[in-house]
Amino acid sequence: MARLLFFGKLGDIAGARTREYVLPAGVDVIDALIDAIAREDETLGAALSEKSVRFAVNETIAARDAPIHNEDEIAFLPPVSGG
Amino acid sequence: MIRICQEPFDPGAEIRAFEKNEKSAGAIVTFVGKVRGEEGADPVKELLLEHFPGVTEGSIAKIERDARRRWNIDEVLILHRVGRLRPSEPIVLVCVSAAHRRDTFLAADFVMDYLKTQAFFWKKERRDGGENWVEPRRDDYLDAERWASPKET
Repeated sequence: MARLLFFGKLGDIAGARTREYVLPAGVDVIDALIDAIAREDETLGAALSEKSVRFAVNETIAARDAPIHNEDEIAFLPPVSGG
Repeated sequence: MIRICQEPFDPGAEIRAFEKNEKSAGAIVTFVGKVRGEEGADPVKELLLEHFPGVTEGSIAKIERDARRRWNIDEVLILHRVGRLRPSEPIVLVCVSAAHRRDTFLAADFVMDYLKTQAFFWKKERRDGGENWVEPRRDDYLDAERWASPKET
């Protein structure tokens, strides 16, 4: 089971800041995970697909085509607003 | 030094401690960012500042490393609040020391521009009328672009 983290506005759209999620067979990159989520939740899928969203896998910044496995922690990071 | 603070901090006390520890610098620049107060019918009552423990610190450390590559600076202090803040509360403190003032002004300016556009924080404004997540400002990205150099891309 993978652990998904939704930061900022993505947490509101997802309805939770964290979610346990079993990666379906064949879903082995972040892109494919977003597609799988979009099939269940169109609004969340669209939000995660925005070009400005960044990702982290096990606390390391990762690209959209980064490999993922069950047991990974996958974070979705919307545009930042610190400082 | 980088610190993420769950509780309010006192910029004056932090600056005094920074200056006291700084033995040989000829110049120190300090910047304090505060929660803006708003006028009008439905002003911001509270700011919620979210971060990603374990990743946010690294994003700030990267900014400091970048500043040190570009300018000849000595000590750096970056303090950033998270949690609940009220209008007029300090959010961020940046202190930079160096032998010469030009390096301190430029490094502090750079650090703030990159904290605004690269550091992993997310602000949510709470008003009586509702809540909204703060979207990045175009001006912040234009400011950060000032520092882009051929080496960056």
